Amino acid sequence: MNSALLDRILEDRRAKRAVVLISLHARGEQWLLHPGEDAPPGLPAEVAAAALEALDKNASLLAVIQGDSYFLQSFNPALRMVIVGAVHIGQVLAEIAKLAGFEVVVVDPREAFATPSRFEGIELRTEWPDRALQELAIDTRTAVVTLTHDPKLDDPALAAALGSQAFYIGSLGSKKTHRARLERLAEKGFGAEDRARIHGPVGLAIGSVTPGEIAVSIVAQVVESLRARNA
Amino acid sequence: MTGHDDVLEQAAAWRDTGQSVAIATVVKTWGSSPRPTGSQLVVNARGEFRGSVSGGCIEGAVLEEVAEVIRTGQGKLLHFGVSNEMAWEVGLACGGEVDIYLEKLT
Repeated sequence: MNSALLDRILEDRRAKRAVVLISLHARGEQWLLHPGEDAPPGLPAEVAAAALEALDKNASLLAVIQGDSYFLQSFNPALRMVIVGAVHIGQVLAEIAKLAGFEVVVVDPREAFATPSRFEGIELRTEWPDRALQELAIDTRTAVVTLTHDPKLDDPALAAALGSQAFYIGSLGSKKTHRARLERLAEKGFGAEDRARIHGPVGLAIGSVTPGEIAVSIVAQVVESLRARNA
Repeated sequence: MTGHDDVLEQAAAWRDTGQSVAIATVVKTWGSSPRPTGSQLVVNARGEFRGSVSGGCIEGAVLEEVAEVIRTGQGKLLHFGVSNEMAWEVGLACGGEVDIYLEKLT
């Protein structure tokens, strides 16, 4: 790989642009391609199409096209986790999610909770959750987890998440809290299919007790949803 | 610390301090290979590396090829696995097979 190409990939990553690197190792040729672009000079259209398909699936693979082996390497923007509620579990969840490869954003309009000292190095938003989620442009590579168990904060966040293509939506709270939450969402017009998208009580049932254990169960469930979708 | 971007950032950082860098990429796997295609490892001429192309089984063997790739500038396709004669020494303990492309950052 040459330096200019590496710099362009890193630039795309910083700008959160998806890009696919196409390598014809046998001839030492490489190209970069972004969604919506025409194939760069010298790259067969068939290879460009295969590359964009790989990018869409977030896959990296060797494709043999017209007798040549092209390595298609997808660079999609990082997965994101939006955590609503800058609470104790949120502090641990933010760290574990980061280690698992997620870019983390914590949303909480209560500025006493959402402080940089409690969330070092984590992006914080203090808008109301529905507005924050709208600005964050929740997409198919984003997970949304609500932790406040305060309907004032959780409900607008869940409504916004249900209106998005988030690949995972989870909401902290007991079975009873979750039932009441689903009833409120039903009153707001969310159908059964929408409501079923919300994982509640949040996290895999591993008997978690401490904030760290609960955070582990949430990250595990998020990964399960992600991989089930891609399988 | 997220995925492969971290690894390529490291490659750029080493390059920016004037060091030679090689990049190893998993391009094909068979069976139960521990790291998926696209996984990368970057290494400098001092043998410092970041990232992974297996669960630690073949990284050592990949690193041995680095000096030559950095010297010649020629990329090289490496194959590891049970069908390889080197399997006894550096093969994948899990029984998988993997192709790795090792190239110099030029």
